[in-house]
Amino acid sequence: MFASHNLRSPLGRARGLGSAKEGLHHWWVQRLTALALIPLTVWFVASVVGLAGSGYEEFVLWLANPCNATIMILFLGVGLHHAQAGMQVVLEDYVSHHGWRIASIIAVKFICYGLAALGIVSTLIVTFGG
Amino acid sequence: MTQAAKPAARPLSPHLQVYRLPLAAWLSITHRITGIGLTIGTVLLVYWIVSAAYGPDAYGAFTHFIGSPIGYLLLLGFSVALFYHLCNGIRHLFWDVGLNFEIAATKRANMIVIAGTIFLTVVAWLLALA
Repeated sequence: MFASHNLRSPLGRARGLGSAKEGLHHWWVQRLTALALIPLTVWFVASVVGLAGSGYEEFVLWLANPCNATIMILFLGVGLHHAQAGMQVVLEDYVSHHGWRIASIIAVKFICYGLAALGIVSTLIVTFGG
Repeated sequence: MTQAAKPAARPLSPHLQVYRLPLAAWLSITHRITGIGLTIGTVLLVYWIVSAAYGPDAYGAFTHFIGSPIGYLLLLGFSVALFYHLCNGIRHLFWDVGLNFEIAATKRANMIVIAGTIFLTVVAWLLALA
């Protein structure tokens, strides 16, 4: 009787583990970063369109603006956080070999966070005048 | 068992080699493809800012590269992928809160995503080149 009303296995119940614990965190991070990236992307596109055809001096002056620097850092950080979360799901779905799957996920995460750090540090160097 | 078990009339999963994917399914796989493309494209974004941090010569090399035919092709691909992922990502967020699951609403959203991608790409390029 009670089993028919409970979808969790006896082992799962004994361990106190269910769905929607660790798994939800990844889902939530992907959605939260997606939501933040909507205004950030609009800002990014508007900025790039405005900067099109400009030279070094103009770009440095633009990135030295505190608001532009802040939003650029957010765009890099949130964007690459979103990218590594999305790439992880893609790799989990399509790389069937367990070892390669783990290795590729680790590599992609390292590269994404490395790129984010490089972009943010470079932004700060330009902002503070090198 | 006194009688042969009758197979339950459960829905079958689509056999990908003979099943003609509906438009929404093509748009779904395109979301992943553009996501992968944008992740790779962040290298270009970071290169842009890093070159500015290194100075006028490095920045000049970047603008020379991005002004080349290959650079324009990369920019075009990046912009199309960005606008598509933005538009289709917003539709995914609607799905996440339980909206627009009806077939009519899905078909309408298909058209909004495609039209939005084309519109934003054309407008951004016209403004950037103006």
